[in-house]
Amino acid sequence: MSVVLVVCVVVLGVAALLLVARISLGPTMLDRVVALDVLVAVVICGLALEAAVHRHTTTLPILVVLSLLGFVGSVSVARFSPGSDDVEAEGS
Amino acid sequence: MSWTALADGIAAACLVTGALLALVAAIGVLRFPDVLTRMHSATKPQVLGLLLILVGLGFRLRDPGTIGLLAMVALFQLVTSPIASHMVGRASFRAGQVRRDLLVVDELTDLLADERPREGD
Repeated sequence: MSVVLVVCVVVLGVAALLLVARISLGPTMLDRVVALDVLVAVVICGLALEAAVHRHTTTLPILVVLSLLGFVGSVSVARFSPGSDDVEAEGS
Repeated sequence: MSWTALADGIAAACLVTGALLALVAAIGVLRFPDVLTRMHSATKPQVLGLLLILVGLGFRLRDPGTIGLLAMVALFQLVTSPIASHMVGRASFRAGQVRRDLLVVDELTDLLADERPREGD
């Protein structure tokens, strides 16, 4: 089981690094939002992996909260990004 | 091979493939040319990878009490991911961040065109 832990931690670490690269490179704000959403999912995967390897359920509620958190963040940024036509402030 | 060893084997396989799918999602987000294509890789492999890891966690914990909680996390992710990517795609298209050279079919621009006068008044 510890082999699985090491392999998955390395894989998730590389995924997180790629996402941080996209966040820093991302030309537009929406690229960063997409990358942050995937980063939250990688964090959820990491937490679930840790709970799986050590076989405890203490961190399960955090998974639920995190899965909603990523969604609320990206939706609110998408809602108020410049150019989407339903922003009243822009209309006036 | 006792039942628990089998469950651990399945859990290990699910965890590793889930993590690899998360890696695929990250690679896709990094390498794709514009926001609309990046959302393909940000939603599909990410959600599948997360589901596989939750299945692995369920096999590993073997506790029927937590299966409901894991199903709830999976349900939330399945429901919220399309909505979030739809909003981001909509905002990015209207903000004009679309690589016209990569588009094959573009049905939204003319729809937006006749919406434009409404915004003017």
